[in-house]
Amino acid sequence: MNTMTKLTLQTEGDTHIVVTRHFAAPPETVYRAHTDSKLIQQWLLGPEGWTMPVCINDPRPGGKIRFEWTHPKQGSFHLTGEYLELKPYSKIVHVERMHLPDPTPDNHVETRFDPDGSGTLMTMRMTLPDAQTRAAMLATGMEHGMEASYVRLEQMI
Amino acid sequence: MLATPNLNASFAALADPTRRAILARLASGEATVMELAKPFEMTQPAISQHLKVLEGAGLIVTRVEGTKRPRRLAKAGIEAMDQWLAMLRKALEKNYDRLDGVLAAMQSDTERKKR
Repeated sequence: MNTMTKLTLQTEGDTHIVVTRHFAAPPETVYRAHTDSKLIQQWLLGPEGWTMPVCINDPRPGGKIRFEWTHPKQGSFHLTGEYLELKPYSKIVHVERMHLPDPTPDNHVETRFDPDGSGTLMTMRMTLPDAQTRAAMLATGMEHGMEASYVRLEQMI
Repeated sequence: MLATPNLNASFAALADPTRRAILARLASGEATVMELAKPFEMTQPAISQHLKVLEGAGLIVTRVEGTKRPRRLAKAGIEAMDQWLAMLRKALEKNYDRLDGVLAAMQSDTERKKR
């Protein structure tokens, strides 16, 4: 079960981060948990201790997203975004940015839900804008150690 | 690790192609302002300005050697950037472990309604 549900996170090309995760529920259920505000508020919370008191979520093309998180000690911040495309129950495309309080560059996210046995394989592909992408490329050191980070740095030019 | 504010500075510092090129150059060893200025066809004050931004972001450090001030990559700064993806991974793992629970509840709910 641990290998089944293990998250993978990889950088791809110059601008992408791709995350995969298996879920033991069919695509329709996983899709609903990604688009229903009441359900999103139960799991999209990040590290321990954070809650999402505000979850505005209008899942249709052009629909707005606004998530506000708060933590008793670490304060609060929010994310805004817009839906670009929704294909029940297989695909969601949206853009999002964090406000810390200055907005981070737009992150373009395509989330796919494919049947995988009796469950779902979710593939989330984030396309980061130039600056952040390049920075994230540096971060591949996580997988390959400092040496690879430097090689990537050199390839940037 | 509360490296977040500095991380934002790191990302901003990396938004500029000259600064990325400077980092790439420093990845192969330390260099003086003069050495750094040469390949960029920029004045030394212009390069110094970029170095200031990089140093402020914690990505490079200055060593004092007589009248020279060679710059090199700051290991801690680069490692903080490494941690950015690690933090993302951790947050996602937490989210999806919680989502497993939400999905299980949704499914038992559906089962109940069927009966």
